[in-house]
Amino acid sequence: MTQITEAPKKSGGIRDLGKMFGSGSGAKQLGILGALVVIIIIFQVWTGGLTLTPGNLIALVSQYSYILILAIGMVMVIIAGHIDLSVGSVAAFSGIVVASLMQNFNVPWPVAIVLGLVVGALIGAWQGFWVAYVGVPAFIVTLAGMLIFRGGNQFIGNANSVAVPKEFQFIGAGYLPEVGPDTGYNNLTLLLGLVVIVAIVWREFSARRTQAEMGSDMAPLWVSLVKIAGLVIVTGYATYLFSSGRVGTSFPISGIILGVLVLLYSFVTRNTIFGRHIYAVGGNSHAAELSGVNSRRVNFFVMMNMSVLASLAGMIFVARSTASGPQDGLNWELDAIAAVFIGGAAVAGGVGTVTGSIIGGLVMAVLNNGLQLVGVPSDRVQIIKGLVLLAAVAIDVWNKSQGRPSITGFLTRKRTGGALTTETPPVPRVQDDTNALEPTVGASETNRPSSVTPNN
Amino acid sequence: MSSSPTILEMRSITKEFPGVKALSNVSLTVRAGEIHAICGENGAGKSTLMKVLSGVYPFGTYEGDIVFQGSEVRFRDIRSSEQTGIVIIHQELALIPELSITENIFLGNEPGRGGVIDWKDAKKRAIELLARVGLKDDPDSLIKNIGVGKQQLVEIAKALNKSVKLLILDEPTAALNENDSQHLLDLIRGLKSKGIASIMISHKLNEIEQVADSITIIRDGRSIETLNVKEDGVNEDRIIRGMVGRDLESRFPEHTPKIGEVFFEVRNWTVQHPLISDRLVCKDESLFVRRGEIVGIAGLMGAGRTELAMSIFGRSYGTYVSGTIIKDGKEIVLKNAGDAIDHGLAYVSEDRKVLGLNLLDDIKRSTVSAKLKKISKRDVVDEVKEYEISDAYRKSLRIKTPTVNEGVGKLSGGNQQKVVLAKWMFTDPDLLILDEPTRGIDVGAKFEIYGIIQKLADEGKGVIVISSELPELLGISDRIYTVFEGAITNDIPAAEADPETLMKSMTSAKKKVLS
Repeated sequence: MTQITEAPKKSGGIRDLGKMFGSGSGAKQLGILGALVVIIIIFQVWTGGLTLTPGNLIALVSQYSYILILAIGMVMVIIAGHIDLSVGSVAAFSGIVVASLMQNFNVPWPVAIVLGLVVGALIGAWQGFWVAYVGVPAFIVTLAGMLIFRGGNQFIGNANSVAVPKEFQFIGAGYLPEVGPDTGYNNLTLLLGLVVIVAIVWREFSARRTQAEMGSDMAPLWVSLVKIAGLVIVTGYATYLFSSGRVGTSFPISGIILGVLVLLYSFVTRNTIFGRHIYAVGGNSHAAELSGVNSRRVNFFVMMNMSVLASLAGMIFVARSTASGPQDGLNWELDAIAAVFIGGAAVAGGVGTVTGSIIGGLVMAVLNNGLQLVGVPSDRVQIIKGLVLLAAVAIDVWNKSQGRPSITGFLTRKRTGGALTTETPPVPRVQDDTNALEPTVGASETNRPSSVTPNN
Repeated sequence: MSSSPTILEMRSITKEFPGVKALSNVSLTVRAGEIHAICGENGAGKSTLMKVLSGVYPFGTYEGDIVFQGSEVRFRDIRSSEQTGIVIIHQELALIPELSITENIFLGNEPGRGGVIDWKDAKKRAIELLARVGLKDDPDSLIKNIGVGKQQLVEIAKALNKSVKLLILDEPTAALNENDSQHLLDLIRGLKSKGIASIMISHKLNEIEQVADSITIIRDGRSIETLNVKEDGVNEDRIIRGMVGRDLESRFPEHTPKIGEVFFEVRNWTVQHPLISDRLVCKDESLFVRRGEIVGIAGLMGAGRTELAMSIFGRSYGTYVSGTIIKDGKEIVLKNAGDAIDHGLAYVSEDRKVLGLNLLDDIKRSTVSAKLKKISKRDVVDEVKEYEISDAYRKSLRIKTPTVNEGVGKLSGGNQQKVVLAKWMFTDPDLLILDEPTRGIDVGAKFEIYGIIQKLADEGKGVIVISSELPELLGISDRIYTVFEGAITNDIPAAEADPETLMKSMTSAKKKVLS
């Protein structure tokens, strides 16, 4: 009864590197991050150094920031066990509303942005109502939304483009301005890079302090130092590239918006009660409800939040392309969903992280960008992207069936062979439990045990 | 002995699951044309034995021989046992609600040629089969539109279509009302007169006494005895004695209860089935709990124990009809699980994997999940506190895991149950409702969990324990309520109770017991 002599955790040497990003979900991101680095290096070589140039990197960020913003909302929707197919249409709808307000009613641009977000919130409340309170599957609700708001965009804009004023374009096509002495670099970008580096160092040490307080299994100091050094070099190099672009360009404003949102939503999903509730509902909604979680409210707000972010993404896109058009946001939902799944989320819900999805989105972005740079025609780019998505999720599924934690397990399989991970049986998924008592009757008031629709 | 020949003989069947011996040397002999009942407590091994017989557990996964109609049989799957003439009807009916009666009867056995179904023939035969089981419904009606009683008959019609020689019925009347049950029992007797033998598993001892020719009693995975109903003069008491009787020594920690005042009461609690509005799952039930008291609830499967507990816990089951809950002298209204938690109730569910835990989560997050507010400031969870608290529970409940960062899905049943207990202890409840707290847990862990329950009671909390295992209830409780068909039939101090009296109150309505 007293022996807890599980195979002693092997530590030291290369295995400690696995602790670099913490255990559990942190470790999961390591694999996909590795994949991103590999892809960047491949394209850097293949394009003869064209990938990591200031101009290309700046274009990459401003071209994909809105997809990444969608991925933030989408991962929350998917963790909760739903899907949102309407984001492209919602983005287009908000875009045309905002553009028309400014064009036809001379609404000042800051007011227009606020109104755009309000439109997103209303659309989200509408979709959230059907999903959370009526119990219509989100797939259907948002499929309907996809049609409704695409039509709405073309109805409002008469299927034409509506131009937006110059000041508004700042949020999509603007860059950090030139200030201070002429250093040959963009000073604000340099400052931003410095802030990020300080934050990285501070975070790592505060994390170590917390770990020490909790007395938990901590990676040795050298691992932390290697991690910090690596991140500082990457950040420093990126800062150098972003700040040395063509005069007038630097780190894009849309990139800053994205960065703020990533920080905010990482915090919300990881550290707040609401964030915990999203995972609880997606992981096992019955257990969550019996633990006092209001799962309808969670579903409602997750759907609503997605539409608000979709509106923001739509406005950034409109600002970048200087006009709102009837084809805006086409297939965005697919890119966002792909990013989330490459980033390690589970189709059945309950699993996923904001950072993972962002990295997943960057994998797709770099792939797209790199293939275009080397002149691969767009038809083939699509084929390759499809195959990458399939491969990423297949590896994930295969790993799970082997009882390993996702892509990391795959990448570190040989090295850690015989260590703790391989001895644990596969985690039984709740969904597979054929003994489930639940009659799964949508959202009907309350009905818990004893099957009433007895078929097997 | 009886002159009719043996149709089935199961010899020394042993079936092991990882870590558990579910059946050990069980033998069963069924004569041609008889109704043979199998009795035993929940978990005694009845269903496992029937799964061996029907090929759900194929030959090779168990030890022992099965001889059917004079020759040894080795079933690969259900299909092969059906071809031999052994058909099992599970408690959970294997019918598809959206298909018609005809389509269900011939499912997997469709008449026709080259994959094209001859519906005309099928319908003709369906009408014949329905007539044999006494059903006059249109064979085109959808299964979901006929009652459970009729669905049961359709199952039997389906079995008849497979030219059944031995019919196995697992709890056939559990979901049926008095009338439907009687009709079904008559039908089984009718089949007997046509030479079809039946094996019947049932908790309703009065029915068994009424229809069975012989009874085999199984206890703890062993066949205890086989009784001949007529020759041995079997009655309910005799069956119960066989089913229970085992020593209760040293399976429970020593405990002297410190019982205080009544602080929790439920009055006239009436709850409707969530989908079937004319079916009541709780009928005017009243109960109370004192501080420091461990109250047991005894009832057979389907008696409405879980339904009672979950409906008290924030109306988490069924539709509330009437009744009041009084705690510390004040009436409280609990509209959802959140209300119940806020008022100091905790419910440890019967099925920890489906209702108790998010198996994707780790131990520390699971531990605090039912009351995150307690360790949060402005809705931000304090992860250091989360770790410290869950680690403290890990130590005090002796959860066997290297760290609380491990996923709960990786833990053994006993340790998962401890995490669930920790999760609810963390909510500082005044009343804990524990539904089958030791199901699927090995003996050592059971002992520890009993200790935890007693300690909680000693802290002045009230504890309600629901269990299918009577020895467990008798060992742990201070007082026991019995439940039968959604009504409380008795309230006995545990010191005065024994398995026989409990079983009596669990298998019959109030008036019989109190007369």
